[in-house]
Amino acid sequence: MRTLILQTASKYLLPLLLLFSIFILLRGHYLPGGGFVGGLIASIAFILHAFANGLPQTRNLMRIHPGFLMPVGLGLSFLSGLFPMFLNRPFMTGIWFAEKVAVIGSIGTALFFDIGVYLVVIGASLTIIFTISESN
Amino acid sequence: MLIALLFPFLAAALLALPVREKRDLIVRLSALVPLGLLSFFIYNSQQTPTMQRNAWLRDMPVSLDLYFDGLSFLFILLITGIGTAIFVYAGAYMKGHAYSQRLMAFLMLFMGAMLGVVLSDNLIALFVFWELTSISSFFLIGFNNENEASRKSALTALAVTGSGGLVMLIGFIGLGEVAGTYSIQEIIAQRDAVVNHTAYGWITGLILFGAITKSAQFPFHFWLPGAMKAPTPVSAYLHSATMVKAGIYLIARLTPALGDTPFWNQTLLVLGGVTMLYAAFQSLFHKDMKSILAYSTVSALGILVFLLGIGTSASILAASVFILVHGLYKATLFLVTGIVDHETGSRDVSQLSGLRKVMLPVAIAGLLAAISNAGIPPSFGFIGKDLIYEATELKGHLLTALAVLTNIFLLVAGFLAGWKPFAGPLQPEHQKVHLPEMAMWLPPLLLASLGILFGLFPQLIEKTIVAPVFQSISGTAFTGHLALWHGFNFVLLLSSITIVGGLVLYFIIKPSTALNSFIVKSEKFGPKVILTGIANGFDLFARLYTKFFQNGYLRYYIIFIMLTLIGLLGFEMWHYTTLETNNRLATEVTFYEGVTIFILLVSVVIIVFSQSRLASVAALGVMGLAICIVFVFYSAPDLAMTQFTIDTLTVILFVLVLYKLPKFIPLRFTPHHIRDAVIALGFGALISILTLEVLTKNVNREISEFYAANSYVLAKGKNVVNVILVDFRGADTIVEIAVLSIAAIGVFSLLKLRLPKKERIE
Repeated sequence: MRTLILQTASKYLLPLLLLFSIFILLRGHYLPGGGFVGGLIASIAFILHAFANGLPQTRNLMRIHPGFLMPVGLGLSFLSGLFPMFLNRPFMTGIWFAEKVAVIGSIGTALFFDIGVYLVVIGASLTIIFTISESN
Repeated sequence: MLIALLFPFLAAALLALPVREKRDLIVRLSALVPLGLLSFFIYNSQQTPTMQRNAWLRDMPVSLDLYFDGLSFLFILLITGIGTAIFVYAGAYMKGHAYSQRLMAFLMLFMGAMLGVVLSDNLIALFVFWELTSISSFFLIGFNNENEASRKSALTALAVTGSGGLVMLIGFIGLGEVAGTYSIQEIIAQRDAVVNHTAYGWITGLILFGAITKSAQFPFHFWLPGAMKAPTPVSAYLHSATMVKAGIYLIARLTPALGDTPFWNQTLLVLGGVTMLYAAFQSLFHKDMKSILAYSTVSALGILVFLLGIGTSASILAASVFILVHGLYKATLFLVTGIVDHETGSRDVSQLSGLRKVMLPVAIAGLLAAISNAGIPPSFGFIGKDLIYEATELKGHLLTALAVLTNIFLLVAGFLAGWKPFAGPLQPEHQKVHLPEMAMWLPPLLLASLGILFGLFPQLIEKTIVAPVFQSISGTAFTGHLALWHGFNFVLLLSSITIVGGLVLYFIIKPSTALNSFIVKSEKFGPKVILTGIANGFDLFARLYTKFFQNGYLRYYIIFIMLTLIGLLGFEMWHYTTLETNNRLATEVTFYEGVTIFILLVSVVIIVFSQSRLASVAALGVMGLAICIVFVFYSAPDLAMTQFTIDTLTVILFVLVLYKLPKFIPLRFTPHHIRDAVIALGFGALISILTLEVLTKNVNREISEFYAANSYVLAKGKNVVNVILVDFRGADTIVEIAVLSIAAIGVFSLLKLRLPKKERIE
């Protein structure tokens, strides 16, 4: 599907959709959204780009193999669960900064946990779809 | 003591580290570990019995309490004392071998596990170490992992001893629950309650099962001859001196708690009696030195079980002494075999002869061990044999006759392995054979000399070793004396009969291929064949079962899942469903709801009846989106968002896969379609009834209310769904994303990994 319109549109849609996915990720703690949906939206953004420009282009753009996002995300989630144990609390206890940050709201371990989920979802879904579309 | 116990494990880990240089030196230095442990425990043996308490799992009756008494001390002497000899020997035996470190690391691991078995007071801890010995034995038997027979033997040994261990665990748990404690010493303290309990028979049977599989008693003896595929130092250490005696240890250890009942005594008597005679008889027919020794080891273990089964103080004394006697001479014979094999490349006693001319110290060690094995005075073996006859003599002539016959056969086996290769003229092809370095011939010579030394001066071990062991097993103090000479009596006559009869038989029997093949043929009807048959049948069943359910066709997987669900749900609903509907909650259908439902229905029809795959997939997408809208109507925005994105991705995936399939669905109408339709309709109907049913029931809202009330208070989040995912049930989420990653890696490796043609499994 190499159409000029889609190609042009995807150039603008990719950053917009990624931004949107991050928005969804961050608001998840208060409003509908979260790491899982955010990750899916982000992967759809990349897939749209791949449809318009071809997979090699998207791969170039991403620089790293999406598979690498999986261990990073898993590690982040796990560490955010482990972190309270250094403060002598049980595994996965939520720890929060006292002050709120503008736009995002409270920052705590749950946020990093969600970011981890976000990365794993992007990594896993893109790995699956890229691999299938590359195979013959 | 705990540190001493954990030390070998640390040493094993260090030994396993890869090094480039000085490998032989490191391997040789590892002998310092058993030597150090030996001195440590001898130094501490003055204060037996001692109990050292170490917590392990605090909420469960599992601890690392260590109990050090006479019985533990005897076994520790075998483990570390013979261990030192073995480690020194193995250092030389494995010189230059690429994986010598690996062997030593596993030997070290085994030593630690074995120490754990004999020191643990807690049944569960004992079980853990017990299994660890099975596992390290598995790796040691399969050390030559490129040899198929070796791998097979390792697996057989693990299967037999491992399943025995599991059965034993059930017995342990039963024993622990009946006694209300898992500490062996506390169980002994309340022996009466255990022995009179209705479950006593079961518990004892299960525990003895574990012990007899480990100690290779008939009909589970066959793994031990197979285990001889291991390098000889391993055979000498694990499969003659220590590991196989773990079962003996367990029986001896539990004798004060479970023993001295008719069931206990008769079971052990029969098992031990059959094993000792059967295996001793078998050992006469082999020509491989290691096979001879393997069967004679099985027989010796049988004697020990037999003695513990008699259960009188005379027999317990005999067992205490015989454990040590056997450990010394059998380890020597194995080490001698190892040297012969190492230097000549053969273990065939029908071929080897005259080797004394080229390796005199080895020949002396072999002869001394054979003498101790034969019970010829003044060896330690003579004292051991005397005690055995004294024990059986009190129990009647049948048992005595059994013991004498067994000992005659064992004597022959000992001389076949220990003396025959060194006697007679030297074979021309062995002219150039030379004596190995001292580290190899000194350990067997030392062990063999001890066997004579203890015979000449039994007072050396009477008070230090034998008396405490006797006390541990029987619970009463040892009052007698060990001595070579008891005057002219019936026992002396029996000993003489044994020696003369054995020597006569030794000169009659000529090991040969014909004799060997005779026994191999008879094995066809042995217990090994039956048990391997069961194992193979199980394997076949598993394969057919897997082939049926895991057939690789997605459609069958889905059919199985749906049919199972229909079966289970239908069964449950048949009993409880009232088929009432609850109209209270029903509201009027609005226009846009009607439209959405209409779209849903139309897309379903298209999916089922369309001739083009692509159209079907597109309709599937439409259906997904329509469901999203339904979610929105009923205020589940999170669900709708997720469904929306997932649906998009699913359609993309479908399209990518369909791209590779024929464009059109075959038009032909087949019975498969009817089958699928019936299953699909049934499933749909069932789910619909279930959904309607849910509305009529009072739902327990406690959980959802808890989350709604606490998500902000406890987790500072207002979106309950997300809070559940990242906080309340965050551990689930971690596992879920791990599963997701595994799935992705699975897809990636399945599609990217292209094996070269010859490595593919068809």
